[in-house]
Amino acid sequence: MTATSASMAMPGPMELRAEPRGQREPNPPAQRHAAAPWQDWLFERITMLFAVLVLAMLLGIIGALSYAALPALQKFGFSFFFTNVWDPVKSQFGALAPIYGTLVTSAIALLIGVPVSFGIALFLTEMCPPMLKRPLGTAVELLAAIPSIIYGMWGLFVFAPIFGDYVQPLLQKIFGDLWILGPLFKGAPNGIGMLSAGVILSVMVIPFISSVMRDVFEIVPPVLKESAYGIGCTTWEVVRNVVLPYTKVGVIGGIMLGLGRALGETMAVTFIIGNAYRISSSLYEPGNSIASALANEFNEAADPIHRASLITLGLVLFVLTLIVLSLSRLLIAQLAKGEGRAT
Amino acid sequence: MSSMSKPSAEPAMTARYRKRLFVNRFNLAMSLGTMAFGMAFLLWILTVLFVNGFGALAPSLFTEMTPPPGSAGGLLNAIFGSVVIVGVATFVSTPIGILAGIYLAEFGKDGWLASVTRFINDILLSAPSIVIGLFVYTVYVAQVGHFSGWAGSAALALIAIPVVVRTTENMLHLVPSSLREAAIALGAPMWKVILMVTLKAVRGGVITGVLLAVARMSGETAPLLFTALNNQFWSANMDQPMANLPVVIFQFAMSPFEDWKTLAWAGALLITLAVLTINILARTFFRQSAVR
Repeated sequence: MTATSASMAMPGPMELRAEPRGQREPNPPAQRHAAAPWQDWLFERITMLFAVLVLAMLLGIIGALSYAALPALQKFGFSFFFTNVWDPVKSQFGALAPIYGTLVTSAIALLIGVPVSFGIALFLTEMCPPMLKRPLGTAVELLAAIPSIIYGMWGLFVFAPIFGDYVQPLLQKIFGDLWILGPLFKGAPNGIGMLSAGVILSVMVIPFISSVMRDVFEIVPPVLKESAYGIGCTTWEVVRNVVLPYTKVGVIGGIMLGLGRALGETMAVTFIIGNAYRISSSLYEPGNSIASALANEFNEAADPIHRASLITLGLVLFVLTLIVLSLSRLLIAQLAKGEGRAT
Repeated sequence: MSSMSKPSAEPAMTARYRKRLFVNRFNLAMSLGTMAFGMAFLLWILTVLFVNGFGALAPSLFTEMTPPPGSAGGLLNAIFGSVVIVGVATFVSTPIGILAGIYLAEFGKDGWLASVTRFINDILLSAPSIVIGLFVYTVYVAQVGHFSGWAGSAALALIAIPVVVRTTENMLHLVPSSLREAAIALGAPMWKVILMVTLKAVRGGVITGVLLAVARMSGETAPLLFTALNNQFWSANMDQPMANLPVVIFQFAMSPFEDWKTLAWAGALLITLAVLTINILARTFFRQSAVR
């Protein structure tokens, strides 16, 4: 950083008389001009106020959403979360279908995203020529920079037709007759539905998971890896037996971060999931996630109880991601603690 | 064991050694494959975007308003709205984020307030943006009774604050304490030390954080759906529903009209170019670790 530019900030004559702020100052200097310690006091309070504001944001979100969700919870009670009905005409609402859709699409995203992210992190930390490390690392992070709505448009207009024409029939051919997997791949392969949404989500979470994995792989002390190489281990054996066990907690934290992202992803899923309040065993069928239900319906919902039900969905989503992301942070922090280095 | 050592000349090709070599090569090849997989998707998306977007680029994009269904037009009001909404949000979130970051790095240190705030901030970084939109809807839009540009800016600011807080704190931790001590020894009060010495020393990093926050805000669609909504006409009134690129793209792309879809691709290209340019600029000019 530009440390030299800081030395240019020479204090003026007024500041020279200012009193240094320090806790250990048993005997204040005898000649002491009023240096306005209240300025420091005020400055600290102001910054503290804004830090508290961040805290208040979280509490505010939970509080405001809970309050707005009350009408729905009062009307439908606890069974709201376990009922599969969504009928704006009869004002009957239950959250099971969108919750199911959210969990299923996120699970698909992790199923594909985790191994791929691991491979990318492995490549970037162990195999990549140093010259390519920066550009390739940035390229992976650009996947996260592409706005979600772009994924949605690409998914709907380009990915879905190709996926429906080539990949889905192929999967049906391979897995269609198997006992447990078969029903998952039943139905018309038209490229829209929960499987497609999950695949696109997986691409979207790759940069987040692989970035955490890269960070934690890099904190493995070189001496550990060198010892393993020294007794003749192959690169894979070093990763499998030294790097992974050492970073296990952080890797799980990274996966949780990806899960948190996948749960709340909105626009891309809205484009491609099909928006049907349905719980179907087939992944080819259209479904709905909490976020896509909100994006699609909220502005059209005129009925207060419809609106309150949607807000309740939002609250469920927020609490869910809150738990997942907290776990993620705690796990990553636990690994970082031993290193004296935050990730 | 012969298989445990890596012979310098001809390796003893026992079956076990061959298997280990094979497993190693296979897994490294898979790793290379996953990298290619990720890059393929990036290139695929960008190619599609450029092919469809460039065809739709025309000067009229920047001179005409969003059209009614079935006719040609531009995106002027949407571009203007996006710039204004993101601009206001940046203007509000930057000082808040920097000051909160200063508290975490300089005053709070290991106190409980700072620890809790740090933790919550990291969670808010990844919180679903649609819920932020919902929050602003319930506390602002529903109370006032109408959608507005202000509400859109508020939602985006709430998304940007955690980004700025995190980078500011990370950057301030990089400042060597000797720099602070030198300034304090000269008799500067703490607030001057922080604002004029430490913060100045990491100016580049803090600007990176703000730029990344701007990039993130420019592409956000979900929070604007319930706050700024959309407006087919020119509107510079922040107290009214305002057109903005992401929501226009969403609406036009989902529509059955070809004219609208073309405009949606053009808008998508504009947004992505802007976001990627800001990202690459921020990363190359002010080197620092990425914000998650």
